[in-house]
Amino acid sequence: MSPRPVDVTVGTELPEQVSRVTRADLVRYAGASGDLNVIHWNERVAREVGLPGVIAHGMLTAGLAARAVTAWAGDPGAVVEYSVRFSRPVVVPDDDDGAELTVRGRVAALLDDGRVRVDLTVTSGGEKVLSLARAVVALG
Amino acid sequence: MALDAGLVGRSYPPSAVYEVGREKIAEFATALGDADPVYRDTAAARAAGHPDVIAPPTFAIVLSLGAGNVVVSDPEVGIDYSRVVHGEQRFTHHRPIRAGDRLVATATIDAVRTVAGNDMLTTRVDLATTDGEPVCTTHSMLVARGTA
Repeated sequence: MSPRPVDVTVGTELPEQVSRVTRADLVRYAGASGDLNVIHWNERVAREVGLPGVIAHGMLTAGLAARAVTAWAGDPGAVVEYSVRFSRPVVVPDDDDGAELTVRGRVAALLDDGRVRVDLTVTSGGEKVLSLARAVVALG
Repeated sequence: MALDAGLVGRSYPPSAVYEVGREKIAEFATALGDADPVYRDTAAARAAGHPDVIAPPTFAIVLSLGAGNVVVSDPEVGIDYSRVVHGEQRFTHHRPIRAGDRLVATATIDAVRTVAGNDMLTTRVDLATTDGEPVCTTHSMLVARGTA
């Protein structure tokens, strides 16, 4: 059910979304996206280039964060603009639990034509992993 | 080596046609853990006002990656890919990408900057149907660490 524009105001919060990212999720995303960069699946190579370990694809993190917006919007086609800055890698340990990813969002501005800007706060282990994560959603 | 400011505005030939498959959309949505039927079920997509199943908002990265690689591998750009990380990404949707779309990607260098010894390269990729209908514009900023 889409939020009605009349019910949305600056400060309206999106439902918090908590998900987990495991090594299996990285393999699945590598195949689906075509991003086969070795640092997303090979611990040895990731360490050789100075990373603490295997890290998630930035666009997997961004895609998971966008899910919080599409779920709230009701129709994913309502997301007309989406932008992110990758500020910190999400390290994914080699275990069954993986890394935790928490997405919070709030309406930051009401724009023309029933569109709203949603600002996201995306953290893993309490640290911000995306900054300036924003979506423009066309409501109603 | 700092990137040459003269590269800004350089455009590359259009990609081969990419036909958006419904199984590819479903695979991508599954990789994001997203069970929304609008990505899989034509009836659900139609109920939401779309002619067919649509793709998640970040699906365009699949095409944008390929088009962006043409820029990164341009010897005149001279970026050291082994030192590249993804800095920023933006998608502007003129309409949702949907199953059956036949899309062509055209890459253009939008901006080059050097900040604190890091080269930053912003590539714009315009996705349009083979009939010329604009569908999505992506901006990708890559950072080559410590190469300037």
